[in-house]
Amino acid sequence: MKILDINNLRKIYHTKKDEILAVDDFSYFLEEGEFISIVGPSGCGKSTILSILCGLMDYSGGNIKIHNNYKFGYMLQEDSLFEFRNILDNCLIGLEIHKNINEESKKYVENLLKTYGLDSFKDKYPDNLSGGMRQRVALIRTLATKPDILLLDEPFSALDYQTRLKVSDDVYNIIKKEKKSAIMVTHDIAEAVSMSDKVIVLTNRPSKIKNIYEIKLDNKKSPISNRKDPKFNYYYDLIWKDIDHD
Amino acid sequence: MTNEHKLYLKKIKKNNFLVRLFQIIIIIILIVLWQILADLHIINTFIASSPKQVINTLIKLNNTNNLYIHIWTTIYETIISFTLGTLIGCFIASLLWWNKFIGKIIDPYLTMLNSLPKVALGPIIIIWFGAGIKSIIIMSLLISLIITIINVLDGFNKTDYNKIKLLKSFKATKSQIFFKLILPSNYKTIISALKINVSMSLIGVIMGEFLVSKRGIGYLIIYGSQVFNLSLVMTGIVLLAIVSIIMYYSISILEKRLIK
Repeated sequence: MKILDINNLRKIYHTKKDEILAVDDFSYFLEEGEFISIVGPSGCGKSTILSILCGLMDYSGGNIKIHNNYKFGYMLQEDSLFEFRNILDNCLIGLEIHKNINEESKKYVENLLKTYGLDSFKDKYPDNLSGGMRQRVALIRTLATKPDILLLDEPFSALDYQTRLKVSDDVYNIIKKEKKSAIMVTHDIAEAVSMSDKVIVLTNRPSKIKNIYEIKLDNKKSPISNRKDPKFNYYYDLIWKDIDHD
Repeated sequence: MTNEHKLYLKKIKKNNFLVRLFQIIIIIILIVLWQILADLHIINTFIASSPKQVINTLIKLNNTNNLYIHIWTTIYETIISFTLGTLIGCFIASLLWWNKFIGKIIDPYLTMLNSLPKVALGPIIIIWFGAGIKSIIIMSLLISLIITIINVLDGFNKTDYNKIKLLKSFKATKSQIFFKLILPSNYKTIISALKINVSMSLIGVIMGEFLVSKRGIGYLIIYGSQVFNLSLVMTGIVLLAIVSIIMYYSISILEKRLIK
């Protein structure tokens, strides 16, 4: 089932000196439960697409249609946890903003914390947590408002390599378990191939879609084991060459 | 607890004790040296006074019951202008954060007022507000208010943009962003503004008392200099040093309580 139509999306940035066409003619139809990644040269305007979808930014042309009033949840590169709130209160911030705190919603968040191994930390403050745990808290904070489509903006790039692999595994499993759709922006090709159903490769600015690859691995499991799949390198090379040629 | 840890704690304790000890030794040496130089007539007590004379003056002031009135007047005026300065300053800073357009318009005026020596406005203040406590508080407010606005506003504007973005992604309103993020994450900024504000208010009050007053520590100092009673001047300065250090530490204690 299609849940999101993006048609000929176009974004122009205005600066004092001139105007920059950041995104041009970007179209995609997202299916329910799909996990897609957007990769491309740095500074090509990948994050812009997410900011627009999330309503943080206006767009200059095209249209976006969201089916069934589906809601977005946004996760950024920095965990942006509020150091003056404990972990539980950090996770509840979205519900607080929506004035939607009640027994039921609170219990839902507490259950999420329990399920994903953060129960014993709920009264702790962000300073006491490792980078990987903080990122997991950030994901739960996003999930707390029950979004249908997750927008992940380079969610792991602030982490060291080891943690990064582990957390991307965790986050992937959480997203699949909660049956969410996701659009992830990353500059890490391996990450994109190991996690996604489809990878969209963008060109240099102005960003246009260069190719869309459907990732068909022999034995699709969690991201870490996907990296060992025989077809993994094939897709990696394909996408790498695509980006390299710009 | 291991022995090593015990030793470590002991070392820290010893270090703290030594610091305190030397601090006390230095002040005692200074006072004793001052007295000895005065006794040996190396310095002229008429223009430099001496610890003994300062103590005598204190006793005299105490006997005429004026000592506490002077101290209390200065503290009272400082507390009023400190409170007003902080409240009004934070309020204006919030307003300027809220409305960036007004903020931009006001900016050069703030900079100008900040660098203007406020004491230059003294004569105007006296004419407008009369020779009383009102003028002293206005003087003190002028000094503390601008710096409060600048510091607090700066803190507000430096709040991590990603956190604002996060709240915006939840469709937060401006007042939600302010009360849930900007204000609580600038707790420390506001408290350090309080710390600066205490000294600024005291400076302002003394300046005001220099200009107009019939009591207060500033009055003691300026009166003493007018009648060439340097013991009175020195006594005023000693009192002022004590008052300012007590006020500063009160805020520090408050800070420790609040930041926990």
